[in-house]
Amino acid sequence: MSKAYVRTNFHEARWDEPMIYELSTPGTRGILVPEVEDEIVAAVGDVAASLPDQVKRKAPLLLPEVDQKHVLAHYIHLTQEAMGSNLSNDLSEGTCTMKYNPRLGETLAMDDNFASVHPAQDDSTMQGVLEIFYKFEQIMKEISGMDRFSFQPGGGNHAVYCAACVMRAYHASRNDVKRDTIITTIFSHPTDAASPHTAGYNVITLYPDEKGIPDYEGLKKAVAETGDHLAGIFMTNPEDIGIYNPNIDKFVELVHSVGGLCYYDQANANAFLGVVRAREAGVDMCHFNVHKTFGTPHGGEGPANGAFGCREFLTKFLPKPTIEFDGDKFYRDYDRAESFGKVREYFGTAGVILRAYSWTMMHGAEGLRECANISVLNNNYLEKLLLSIKGLGEAFQGNGITRQEQIRYTWEELNKETGVGTDDINRRINDYGLPYYWESHHPWVIPEPMTLEPCETYSKCDLEEYYLTLKKVAQEAYDDPEMVIGAPYKSAAHKLANAMDLDDPEKWAITWRAFLRKHGDKYLKVK
Amino acid sequence: MAQQGIIEERCDILAKKIGIIVNPVAGIGGRVGLKGSDGEAILAKALELGAKPECPNKAVVAIKQFKDFKSEELIIYTFPKEMGEDEVRCAGLEPTVIGDIVSGHTTPADTERAAREMLALNVDLILFAGGDGTARNVLDAVGEEVAVLGVPGGCKIHSAVYAINPKTAGKLVMEFLLGKVRDVKESEVMDIDEDAFREGVLRARLYGYMKVPNEKKMVQNLKSGRGYAEEGALDLVARYIAFNLEKDVLYIMGPGSTVRGVMNKLDLSNTLLGVDLVYNNQVLANDVNEKEILGYLDKYAKAIIIITVIGGQGYLFGRGNQQLSPTVIRRVGLDNLKIIATKNKMFSLFAQPLLVDTGDEELNEELSGYARVIVGYGESVMFRIQS
Repeated sequence: MSKAYVRTNFHEARWDEPMIYELSTPGTRGILVPEVEDEIVAAVGDVAASLPDQVKRKAPLLLPEVDQKHVLAHYIHLTQEAMGSNLSNDLSEGTCTMKYNPRLGETLAMDDNFASVHPAQDDSTMQGVLEIFYKFEQIMKEISGMDRFSFQPGGGNHAVYCAACVMRAYHASRNDVKRDTIITTIFSHPTDAASPHTAGYNVITLYPDEKGIPDYEGLKKAVAETGDHLAGIFMTNPEDIGIYNPNIDKFVELVHSVGGLCYYDQANANAFLGVVRAREAGVDMCHFNVHKTFGTPHGGEGPANGAFGCREFLTKFLPKPTIEFDGDKFYRDYDRAESFGKVREYFGTAGVILRAYSWTMMHGAEGLRECANISVLNNNYLEKLLLSIKGLGEAFQGNGITRQEQIRYTWEELNKETGVGTDDINRRINDYGLPYYWESHHPWVIPEPMTLEPCETYSKCDLEEYYLTLKKVAQEAYDDPEMVIGAPYKSAAHKLANAMDLDDPEKWAITWRAFLRKHGDKYLKVK
Repeated sequence: MAQQGIIEERCDILAKKIGIIVNPVAGIGGRVGLKGSDGEAILAKALELGAKPECPNKAVVAIKQFKDFKSEELIIYTFPKEMGEDEVRCAGLEPTVIGDIVSGHTTPADTERAAREMLALNVDLILFAGGDGTARNVLDAVGEEVAVLGVPGGCKIHSAVYAINPKTAGKLVMEFLLGKVRDVKESEVMDIDEDAFREGVLRARLYGYMKVPNEKKMVQNLKSGRGYAEEGALDLVARYIAFNLEKDVLYIMGPGSTVRGVMNKLDLSNTLLGVDLVYNNQVLANDVNEKEILGYLDKYAKAIIIITVIGGQGYLFGRGNQQLSPTVIRRVGLDNLKIIATKNKMFSLFAQPLLVDTGDEELNEELSGYARVIVGYGESVMFRIQS
């Protein structure tokens, strides 16, 4: 068995790379587009003249003028300054489930027969893609116990928004329109509060009891106060801090008893694949972040997919189109009178669904359960190691509840004793080749947080490397806090001189042109 | 020479200016069990019991955090000797000394005078070391006209204008002066009746508000921004309440800056530390006492009390709003209490219950349990209340 060690000689590349616009030399070209041949010109005439004036550019495009070699070098430099799940020991990203992404999935997704399909094509020309969506829906139904799924949501936020829309459509269909309030919990994924609020609902948030479980007494009071204004409850389980709510059945029963609906956020389902299902928990709707639990690459803001599922009585409100099979062919059904509409264009992120389908078929039902078992085991082994580190604790430590697939730790004690906080530790581990860890979702109620999720991808050796590195950094904090506060020293990332600058609208712009208008060449590396 | 004069003036404009006030006797009573140091007789007794000043050392720890400033970048104003000059020099920095004192016999009036003179010198911030009494003196002198921060040095710290420890105080001031922390929040100056406290009775009251730097932890990792800008957070709560006031209801608006935010949103005159009455968007009376409130309750069929959470310990009743007596609360009805607070306030109380101390044990029990606290526009949290 390989042996864990701390990468004390790690050193990342730092290329001091300018923006690609700064590499621009007027007149340089990466590709020389051939002139249109005379014969073609004679046949089609001046194509540009046929374009209406209002769609023609008045000024030339401001694109960087760089040759192929330097474009390639530029982007390789940038990748060498990055860390990521397939490159480093990324159990860091708690709540994100950074799994190994099998190469087979990539090979399939890059196949031209798949990659060149456009969703605007006719159904008859993409039967294979529709079949994969249809079959993956059957798998998701089995995993969750729900009766139908939509893959239209482009991620977790979309899926939760979708739930809020279905909830509203359901109550409206019963002429029960005063239900304007939802309840959620503080350690549910924050989108459980944000998305329904965006959809127009008032939000009541429950805090946990002394054991870290959403407070049932608080729920009772909230339900009593809200009365017939309660639309439903949105909750994640296990919650963000890795604790499973054992009272889930009581929550569901109480909300149902006053006419509300129950929504389960299963964005991260790694703790319970093949172990428990949303149906048996009694909820009416749920979603999965396909890109997390089902082994597809994510991070860098995509690509993602939020699979939204519901029980039979809600299926008529699902976004359109749904994917159907008539015994002969697969097709998209837009003829859905009671659908609330759409949360996104088309019918789902095909590349993610294809990879997830392949990943699930490779594992089979037993394999999925094994993923959950190993994830929970990994997490509890890592917990044992980490809690022996001086200065490190966890949220609701000692409450007697076994943690699920992730844990929110706290560096509060270390911070009080040394002045070194979680941000400092987070930068320092970079010097040992570990990527930044996920600290916490909003709000930051657990002080100096660190959330880790060692899913089934990670070996015993990976877990021990993580432990040894954190232990070393914590000791450094006690021995030489100023050194840790000044980190990193050997990674491509820098410590921000003034973090508040990131909030400064005077400094930043969303396009290169706008940035130049604000600052001229003040910030350019190459002047 | 003329040119040098210009350079000096420029430096003066570019430099940051801080006022430092040390209450040299704050906290002196604590170690000898006197629960406070207010009053000359107590001070004499403390010294007689062998008390040693604690506060100056704490001030030095805070001031040492400014060591990275170059002298031309930071002008430090202090009062003479033990009121700041000694501590600044002890920290290895050079103060500009103003004012005069009788060394060995400093008084609260000296603290007030120092704060006033520093305000007149347009300092960016006043750092003061002391306890609740010192905070009151600074408040009397400068109100909310300049940012302040307290170094906890006294026996009693109920006010929310203090950093958690001297080192943090120094660091936070550094970040404020460097522009890394720009947000300020209104924080409570609380004080207790020291005579009663020495008899074993705790009676605190809300004395006022001062502006302190709001350390909304910075966005190191973009996805995990934490904390909210105080002004925006307050605005959302105020808008929600202001836009949803019911018609023909007597609103009893409690003390505190969050409730004042609602009154300002309604464009109504108000009393920061008192209770105001509002009916159909009109002020009926400002700064009413219990008897006056009861008089109005006789005339109006329905009333709602709007209160906020007071102080760092999370009191709902019994601290700073004694006008809202048990009789008033019962007449209005427990179902007609609306609690409002900013998100930052509630997050800072995480895992702590809200407290009630109305003076009526039975009512305290009835108020205990769970309550909904409005923290944003259409957003609320359920919080446990404990008597």
